[in-house]
Amino acid sequence: MEAFTTHTGRAVPLRRSNVDTDQIIPAVWLKQVSRTGFENGLFAAWREDPSFVLNNPVYQGASILLSGPDFGTGSSREHAVWALQQYGFRVVIAARFGDIFRNNSTKMGLLPVVLPSDVVEKLQEAAEADPAVEITVDLAEREVRLGSESWSFEIDDYTRWRLMEGLDDIGLTLRHADDVAVYENGRQPWLPTTV
Amino acid sequence: MGRTLAEKVWEQHVVRRAEGEPDLLYIDLHLIHEVTSPQAFDGLRMAGRTVRRPDLTIATEDHNVPTVLGPISDPVSRTQVETLRKNAAEFGIRLHPMGDAGQGVVHIIGPQFGLTQPGMTIVCGDSHTSTHGAFGGIAFGIGTSEVEHVLATQTLPAYRPKTMAIEVKGELPVGVTAKDLILAIIAKIGTGGGQGYIVEYRGEAIRKLSMEGRMTVCNMSIEAGARAGMIAPDETTFAYLKGRPHAPSGDAWDQAVEYWKSLRTDDDAVFDKVVEIDASTLTPFVTWGTNPGQGAPLGAAVPSPEEFGDPIERAAAERALEYMGLTAGTPLREIEVDTVFVGSCTNGRLEDLRAAADILRGRAVVTRTLIVPGSMQVKKAAEEEGLDQVFKDAGAEWREAGCSMCLGMNPDTLKPGERSASTSNRNFEGRQGKGGRTHLVSPQVAAATAVTGKLTAPADLAQGR
Repeated sequence: MEAFTTHTGRAVPLRRSNVDTDQIIPAVWLKQVSRTGFENGLFAAWREDPSFVLNNPVYQGASILLSGPDFGTGSSREHAVWALQQYGFRVVIAARFGDIFRNNSTKMGLLPVVLPSDVVEKLQEAAEADPAVEITVDLAEREVRLGSESWSFEIDDYTRWRLMEGLDDIGLTLRHADDVAVYENGRQPWLPTTV
Repeated sequence: MGRTLAEKVWEQHVVRRAEGEPDLLYIDLHLIHEVTSPQAFDGLRMAGRTVRRPDLTIATEDHNVPTVLGPISDPVSRTQVETLRKNAAEFGIRLHPMGDAGQGVVHIIGPQFGLTQPGMTIVCGDSHTSTHGAFGGIAFGIGTSEVEHVLATQTLPAYRPKTMAIEVKGELPVGVTAKDLILAIIAKIGTGGGQGYIVEYRGEAIRKLSMEGRMTVCNMSIEAGARAGMIAPDETTFAYLKGRPHAPSGDAWDQAVEYWKSLRTDDDAVFDKVVEIDASTLTPFVTWGTNPGQGAPLGAAVPSPEEFGDPIERAAAERALEYMGLTAGTPLREIEVDTVFVGSCTNGRLEDLRAAADILRGRAVVTRTLIVPGSMQVKKAAEEEGLDQVFKDAGAEWREAGCSMCLGMNPDTLKPGERSASTSNRNFEGRQGKGGRTHLVSPQVAAATAVTGKLTAPADLAQGR
């Protein structure tokens, strides 16, 4: 996982709520067996509309997505995270996220930032008024900054540490393999196996 | 203080707990399918890791498979299915491939084999894993990174979600189903209402549901934002499980049942949130919009965006009506559909097919109607009862098992502008095919709609057949 400490970039205002993962990456794109090449599938259906915000050349190269509430609801497909990252996004800011999407993001180093709706709205307005405006997302300080203003956001210490160090969860868990073995010895005897 | 069911099951599975870290949770059963697993197996190979417990892992082919006999025509889909076969063979994982008697939708086959039992932790790279909570375990969907994590360690690091009780008072009226109930619940609490919670469904109406109905309810927990939904096990649960291939037997059965009986929320336990709903006031419920929370009783009309006070909801309703090609004020019963789909992990079980067949028996469909059993075993059982003949006589298509038109990864899709009444779980834009328009309904409403070509409740049909 790519480490995340602080990121400054331009932002795209996506003025939609309930952006489900079927919109982020339609199912037809999930047939790939590799982890790469998903950027072309990002918002594939919406991008066919020339007026869709990502088609506006002024937002090209933006790396922060500013969405309405309930971003990433629905399907558990991690491909949604891969598509956003491979397209160039490092951060998504919204008032609410689907639980699975949020979890998947933190496994991959895409930072989901929860800010109140009125703050997201303010950031969206700023990015609409001046698409060149830069927003800073500082994970160390747990803070989003725009010009002279700043807003703090919440993220638990453990996830923050993992993101800042770019650590692989599996490696961390394997340090506790002995605990897992002890637990396994005490499992209830009637529990099923698939054998 | 007493504990909730969710707290009891969670605590039973904590391998390791440390200050400032998520719990390390043991996973009793890991279900796998072709779409969300290939990159996880690649990850294992790249890191030189193995599958810790292939004996707690089971795989099936469901999302991509065609529901007509014959090979997979799409080469990309075929590669994905072949990749799963290769991975299952390499890592020693039991697989039910296309054509196998045990093949089916991942959330149908777990319970069918008796692998889904009370008090277990169950995960799968699929958000509808919440289905398995109907047996009183904690079951939730995970992404591919977590699939890899479970393969390698049989555990997941996770913070325990908050607990929510959804108390369903009273009884469901005749003709109102588990699907109507869950659609009404989602409309009430919203697509984000369950975010951060494990939901426990409780109350008289829930106790009276069959296991199939309970699975339908828990299945759609994710559509209300909750990663997991659960129902305390009871005699209905035990009766369903007894005698299934992987259920305990003999002394182990008695031991298990004694433990399972302790899996209930203590009377003095406190939930973080409680929502109440009166089942006795419900009627058949359908969706009109593009998220599962945009639903209404079938007797209502398409709402006007102005009815929504919240500006974000108003904008979402405006956009949904535009996408759905609907005009505010149109009675829902006047909406004409092109296709009816009965199937999916929500409503692809035998009870659902029986309900649809009861309505179609002696009647004829006027729409393209796909009946897709959730598993090969469901298909076989339905054929033994002659349900396939009822469907064929009515003019419906009787298909092989798979996810099919629920998400249109196989050839079963809507064309742009086509409209369906579907027993599946998501009415998202393009879910059933690009430009397709989906109305979520119960199997009963789906069948009645196939007869008239408009959204219809069984009670609306003339008595004559």
